[in-house]
Amino acid sequence: MTNRRDFLKTGAAASALALAGPALTRAEAFAQRVDAAPELPAMDPATKELLVEALNAAKMGGAAFADARIGRYRNNFVVTREKQIVNVVDTDTLGVGVRVLVNGTWGFGASRDLTKAGVVAATREALAIAKANALPAADRVRLAAATPTPDGRYVTPHRIDPFTVPIEEKADLLIRANTEAMKVNGVKFVNSNMFFVKEEKNYANTEGTFTTQTVIRSWLPFAATAVKPDFSDFQTRTNVIQPAARGYEYLTDAKPVENAQKWGEEAAEKLAAKPVEVGRYDLVLHPSHLWLTIHESIAHPTELDRAMGYEANYAGTSFLAPPREKLGKFRYGPSFMNIEGDRDQEGGCSTIGWDDDGVKPDRFLIIKNGVVNDYQTTREQAPMLDWWYESQKRPVRSHGCCHGDNWSSVQFQRMPNVSLLPGVKEQSYEDLIAATDKGIAIIGDGSFSIDQQRYNAQFGGQLFYEIKGGKIVGQLKDVAYQMRTPDFWNAMDMIGGKKSYEMGASFFDGKGQPGQVNAVSHGCVPSRFRNINVINTGRKA
Amino acid sequence: MSAPRSLFGKGSIISPNDMMSRSEAQAFLERVVKLSKADTIGAQLGGGYNGNIRFAANRISTSGGVSNSQLVVQSGYGPKHAVVTTGDFSDAGIERAVRQSEAIARLVPDDPENMPLLPPQQYNDVKAYFDSTANLTPADRAAAAHTALDAAKAAGDLAAAGFIIAGSSYNAIASNTGLYAYFPATSANYQLTVRTNDGTGSGWAAADNPDWSQIDFKAVSDRAIQKARASRNPVAVEPGRYTVILEPQAVGDLVQLLAFSLDARSADEGRSAFSKTGGGTRIGEKIVDSKVTLFSDPADPQLRGQPWNGEGLPLNRELWIENGVLKQLAYSRFWAQKKNTRPNNGGLGAVKMIGGDATTEQMIASTPRGILVTRLWYLRQVDPRTVLYTGLTRDGTFLIENGKVTKAVKNLRFNESPLFMLNNLEMIGRAERVAGTESGGNVVFPTIKVKDFNFTSLSDAV
Repeated sequence: MTNRRDFLKTGAAASALALAGPALTRAEAFAQRVDAAPELPAMDPATKELLVEALNAAKMGGAAFADARIGRYRNNFVVTREKQIVNVVDTDTLGVGVRVLVNGTWGFGASRDLTKAGVVAATREALAIAKANALPAADRVRLAAATPTPDGRYVTPHRIDPFTVPIEEKADLLIRANTEAMKVNGVKFVNSNMFFVKEEKNYANTEGTFTTQTVIRSWLPFAATAVKPDFSDFQTRTNVIQPAARGYEYLTDAKPVENAQKWGEEAAEKLAAKPVEVGRYDLVLHPSHLWLTIHESIAHPTELDRAMGYEANYAGTSFLAPPREKLGKFRYGPSFMNIEGDRDQEGGCSTIGWDDDGVKPDRFLIIKNGVVNDYQTTREQAPMLDWWYESQKRPVRSHGCCHGDNWSSVQFQRMPNVSLLPGVKEQSYEDLIAATDKGIAIIGDGSFSIDQQRYNAQFGGQLFYEIKGGKIVGQLKDVAYQMRTPDFWNAMDMIGGKKSYEMGASFFDGKGQPGQVNAVSHGCVPSRFRNINVINTGRKA
Repeated sequence: MSAPRSLFGKGSIISPNDMMSRSEAQAFLERVVKLSKADTIGAQLGGGYNGNIRFAANRISTSGGVSNSQLVVQSGYGPKHAVVTTGDFSDAGIERAVRQSEAIARLVPDDPENMPLLPPQQYNDVKAYFDSTANLTPADRAAAAHTALDAAKAAGDLAAAGFIIAGSSYNAIASNTGLYAYFPATSANYQLTVRTNDGTGSGWAAADNPDWSQIDFKAVSDRAIQKARASRNPVAVEPGRYTVILEPQAVGDLVQLLAFSLDARSADEGRSAFSKTGGGTRIGEKIVDSKVTLFSDPADPQLRGQPWNGEGLPLNRELWIENGVLKQLAYSRFWAQKKNTRPNNGGLGAVKMIGGDATTEQMIASTPRGILVTRLWYLRQVDPRTVLYTGLTRDGTFLIENGKVTKAVKNLRFNESPLFMLNNLEMIGRAERVAGTESGGNVVFPTIKVKDFNFTSLSDAV
């Protein structure tokens, strides 16, 4: 689920659409596969020394396996409203997290004290916790084998490091965009921000893996609000540019100044839109909207920890359980439905060289020809599916989905990029609308809510267009659709081709206790769903 | 208040400089302020240690101990300002943060809404630091977890999943205007889900208190186990309008979100549920049932929140809704000045709805047909014009027929506004501190009975 607390912190909602942004086709994504380049910088020797210190302390303390992460996590926020700056904030945190496995039981300790003594103290904390929690023999953790990587290096592909761009340039771009949106009649307020992330992560484990990686992410949240003069209604257009693991150039390429007036007009037009009549409609869902439905109703229920009950106390379990009854058997959707997990699509927020288990992630089909084929896994989890992998003559290996959101957070299973693969036939969003008699087309993500087993969901959106006889006849408002996950995906009858593939993303996917937030991306093509239940959310009392 | 005796619990092995006393924090912040070459500097310092234990499927999973601190520096030149944070407390690290905030502040555009930093203030004394929590060890947390793990394993048909987190922290601020505030606190939170192995039942219970010794781990286990067993084999009911009895957790889940929408500026700007058609705000209007009174007060013994906001503004008792009437909205310092009123924002993280004297048994006995709700889940705003939220029931939802709880029902999705719901209020019970809202904070809410609660679809989720 995406995390409200962090939404509140930045004062902006999740994410958005690439109508204005550089839509990456699946073909391009394949062409731009990321690999560690030999010329990337090596791990800082002092950092490596501290990592080795922690691993030695762990081994001396009785750990059969240990890993240590030293990371620097930076954010840069530029916050504006209308024609003024609200704030500029730079955050920076640096520290060490040490994870130990003692007699098959995990312990974790973390500290910002990056001296040898500090690193050893964090390791001892982890050892003390592992020993206090000692598990009975039958419950002990077993790790899938992983090939050690002695010198792994990775940097997010980017042209311009956002942390090198002058603050005046960032503020100027936002205020110019705001000014354009404010020119629209009815638009009274604009909130826009820039939000950049830079993570410099160093990892080492007792099996000889050492990796050094730098991840960069960029986002420009933007919201235009139109208010009726008599205060009887207000409407907002937001989530216009998707977050991405890309450099500063991604935001300028999205042309916020050139597009702001259009976004403002879309907000103002919502004031005049017709309230939707409740009933069943065929829905044509644009990738800027569908990514979030995929996130909630496919990516989360196919996390193996949820299916095994490990998230029962917070994020929830999964209807896709137990795996023995679902793998190779459960029909999620039509035979042309293929869902892939990866951590190598360029721009994907989950894209990385090696995960926080030290594993090089692979590509894997979670849903193959409409049937459940795999779950998202870590080294601890892959052996739970050994019976399935052996029956499929596939190796028992982690898919590389282990992630901690900070040096101070213990790593666990988080989602890779989880994407709906394009259909064979090259058809577009417009082609799907033209083929629809009575429907609603939805652009952009809005409100979202789903139960703890991922069955029952409700989604809003940004822009809703009524379709009659293959044509858009006007804008609607107060639209939300309700769904039951397997029914919904089995109601999918048309999907777009390669050229219509786009990625959507959020910086705020929440899971775990203590809560961790990770950035997620989902690629998809526009798709049509038949006969879906639509409600009107514009209650008055 | 006097500094706590043991500032850093004996339970942690990690670096003790992440927990500073009042005088240590003051000396540190004075050093930061003195480094400033800007017109203004405001600095905030916070740190602490948290230990946690997590378990699921009747076994302990991941657990950890984390020690951390952060310094936040805001430098200003006239109406220009910028914020830099760091965890590097070496002399060079602190100086770097100060210089960087100065360098950025010089370059940013003027903020026409910039407010001068506050002069020294007087704050309420709030006791929120308890040695019982600060001194916990990993073995103490493991023993607490075993109250649920052992009970679930012994039962044979149950799986327990839970989380315990406890620790100590402090927060302090200072500025070149002489402002200084310091607040030490401990916190302990326990949440437990017990599921039946047949996959048809799930129960949840929780407790939250700054004082570990006030948490009754066995009572939480008993309650979650009872709910899990009672919620087995749920039946479907038609979605629609129901009389609903919401336990304190469920009320807190939804009504806390109303508190977050009490912003004065949005109302004045015409983009809030509290904007009045025709112009102005709804302050002074009766917005909910006259039995509803909602206030924030860090000093309330059930709340125990930080008695100052991020700018060092004292937080006192603020009445938001009294006997159903909207008394005031939350004003930032800038907006208060513009509207010629008193600033009062930043305290809604510690919010309480005054309870009544009805018991849950009386509420059930007086209900011919209704639904009893343990908690709500995945609440998201659907329409800001009415504070309308959607979400689902979870971990214990029951049918009431002819004054008795008769069976478990499947979970239901609602589309409902706390404003609509609190207009349909029939009975109100004792207010309790709740432990698990999706937004966190210190929150105290009563059990309530309301009519016409709007369920819109059925969920198969257990």
